[in-house]
Amino acid sequence: MSSTLVELEHISKSYGSKLIIDDLSLTIHENEFVTLLGPSGCGKTTTLRIIGGFEMPDSGRVLFEGRDITNTPPNHRNLNTVFQKYALFPNMTIAENIAFGLRISKKSKQYIDDKIKYALKLVNMEDFADRSVDSISGGQQQRVAIARAIVNEPKLLLLDEPLGALDLKLRQEMQYELIRLKNELGITFIYVTHDQEEALTMSDTVVVMNQGYIQQMGTPESIYNEPENAFVAAFIGDSNIIPGFMVQDKLVDILGVRFDCVDSGFGTNTPVDVVIRPEDVILGKPGEGRMDGRVTHIIFKGVHYEMEVMAGGFEWLVQSTVGHPVGEEVSISVDPFNIQIMNKPASEDEEAIKLDE
Amino acid sequence: MKKHSVLKKVYMAVIILFLYAPILTLMVLSFNEGRTMGKWTGFSLHWYEDMFADEDIMDALKNTVIIALVSAVVSTVIGTLFCLALPRLNSKMRSVFLALNNIPLLNADIVTGLSLMLMFVAFGITLSMGTVILAHITFCIPYVVLSVRPKVRQLGMTHYEAALDLGATPWVAFFKVVLPELRSGIFSGFLMAFTMSVDDFIVTHFTRGAGINTLSTMIYGQVRIGIRPTVYALSTIVFVVVFILLIASNVISGKSATVKARRKAES
Ligand SMILES: Nc1ncnc2c1ncn2[C@@H]1O[C@H](COP(=O)(O)OP(=O)(O)O)[C@@H](O)[C@H]1O
Ligand SMILES: [Mg+2]
Repeated sequence: MSSTLVELEHISKSYGSKLIIDDLSLTIHENEFVTLLGPSGCGKTTTLRIIGGFEMPDSGRVLFEGRDITNTPPNHRNLNTVFQKYALFPNMTIAENIAFGLRISKKSKQYIDDKIKYALKLVNMEDFADRSVDSISGGQQQRVAIARAIVNEPKLLLLDEPLGALDLKLRQEMQYELIRLKNELGITFIYVTHDQEEALTMSDTVVVMNQGYIQQMGTPESIYNEPENAFVAAFIGDSNIIPGFMVQDKLVDILGVRFDCVDSGFGTNTPVDVVIRPEDVILGKPGEGRMDGRVTHIIFKGVHYEMEVMAGGFEWLVQSTVGHPVGEEVSISVDPFNIQIMNKPASEDEEAIKLDE
Repeated sequence: MKKHSVLKKVYMAVIILFLYAPILTLMVLSFNEGRTMGKWTGFSLHWYEDMFADEDIMDALKNTVIIALVSAVVSTVIGTLFCLALPRLNSKMRSVFLALNNIPLLNADIVTGLSLMLMFVAFGITLSMGTVILAHITFCIPYVVLSVRPKVRQLGMTHYEAALDLGATPWVAFFKVVLPELRSGIFSGFLMAFTMSVDDFIVTHFTRGAGINTLSTMIYGQVRIGIRPTVYALSTIVFVVVFILLIASNVISGKSATVKARRKAES
C-alpha cells in the first residue's frame, strides 16, 4: 500500500472519570477510505475530533505525514471536516460558505470564483451559488458542506456520519457520490458511521470500534467473513453465534454435533464461539444434513426468505431463496468454509460487551 | 358565546385602562396650558419649551444618557463574554455562575443600592458619576446575559469549530461566524441594559455623588419642592423613549426568529 498519512499512537481520552478512548493506535495510508464503525457512543466522534484538533488526547500522539501534530490547533492542520450537522454558516450564501476557507488563505478572486464553480459542479449544485443556507434541503446542505471542505484541497477529509440525516434513497445516492469524489480527487477519507452496510459498501478499510477499543480492522470482506470476536460478528450483519468447542484442528463440536471446519490452531477441546452467517446455513430434507430441526418462523424479505429453525436447542437464523413453511421438519448442514471459529472473549468486560448487543 | 366574547373584550379594556390611565393622564396634563393639576385650560407645548430651556433638566438628561450608554456598552461586553465562557465550564461551575448572575435580578433594588454605597464608602471611593456607572453595570449584566445566552446555546460550538477547520484563527472565526449569529441577542441585551439604566432611581439615588442628577433623581427632588408640569413633559418623553426601545428590542429578537422560521418553511 502507499505511504502512511496519519498515525494515532496509543491515544487515550477520558471525560471526567469516564474513559472514552483506551490506548487506541491506528495507521491510515494515503488515498485510503477508512471507516470507523461502531455503535453510538463508542468514541468514533471523539477519535475524529482528536484527529481534527478539536479535542486533546490525555496521552498518545497524532502524527500527520510523520510530523507530530498533537498540539497543533485545527486551523493549522492540513485537513478538513464535514461535520455531523453540516455546520454551514447561516449568515452567508452557499457561494460564500464555499469561499470561506479560500478567502482565509488569501487566494485570488479569480481562483476563488473558479473553485466555487468547480466545487458546485462536483456536487451537482451549480444553480445554488447565491441561495441562502436555510433555503436548501438537508441533502443539499450536506453536499455544500462537502464542497466547502474539498475546495481547500486538503490531504485528508474527515466525515462524521455525513449521511445520517438523509433518507434511505438519498443516502445510497450520496454513498456513490462520495466514492466517486474520493476517486476523482485522490483525497484520503476517514469516515465515521454506525451503519455497517454503509461501512462495508464504501470503505477500503473498516475499523470496528466498541467502548473505545478497536475490535477489528481490515477489508470489508475480511470483517464480514472472518469476524475475530463475537462483538464484530454480531455487529456486522446478522449471524448465528453459537457456543461450541474445538475437538481438534479442523473439527468443531456445535450443540453436540461434530462439524468439519477449516480452522486450526485453537488446541484440543477448547471452548470457542462459532459464527455461521444465515445465508450459509443449508436446509435439506430431515436426515440429510448434520442435524434436524423444525422451522418456527418465516418472513419474506424480497430477495430471500428469512427463517428461524429450532435445532439442537438453538434458534438458527437462516436466509434462503427457498422458503419452508412453519412447522416443517428440515435438516441443517454447513459448508466447512463457512464455519468461522472465534476465541471466547478473554475477559468479563468483553463478555459484557457481547451481552450489551 | 357572543356574550362571552363581549365580556372578554370589556375585561381587556378595563385592564388596559387601569394600566395606562395614569400615564395617559400624565401625558395629557403635559400639554395643559395652565399649571394646576386638575383643570384643563387649553392645549399648549410651552412646558416642553420650558423643559428644553431648563438647565437642570438638560444636565440631568445628559447625565442619564451618558450613564445609560456607558453602562449598557460595558455590561453588554461583559455579559456577552460571560455567555461565551459558560459552555466551557463544567456543569457544576456553570450553575454556580448562573446563580451568581441571577442574584442582582432577584435582590431588592434598595439592598443593591445600599450595599453598593456602603462598599464604595468603605473602600474610600468618592461617590460620583463613576460610581453610578459601576453600580448600573452590575445590575445591567444579568439582563444582557438573559438575552444573549439563549443565542449562544442555540448556536453551539460547531460553527466556530467549522470556521477553525477551514483555517480561520479563533479571532476571525469569532468575528466572521459567531458574532453575526449573536447580533440580535446582543443588540436586544444592549437595549434592555440601556432601558434598565434609564429607568433606575433607587440604586442611582444611593450611589450618586453630590450635585449629580439623573432624570429620575431630579424629578424626585422636584416632587419634594413642588412639582411643575415641565416634569410631566419630561416624564412623557422618558416614557415614550423607553416604550419605543422595548418594542424595538422585542421586534429585533422576534424578527430574527421569524426570518429563520420562514426560511425553514420555504425549504
Ligand atoms: N464533551 C464531552 N463531555 C463529556 N462526555 C462526552 C463529551 N463528548 C462525548 N462524550 C461521551 O463520550 C462517549 C463517546 O462519544 P462519541 O465519541 O461522540 O461517540 P460516537 O461518535 O461513537 O457516538 C459518549 O458516551 C459521550 O457521552
Ligand atoms: Mg458521533
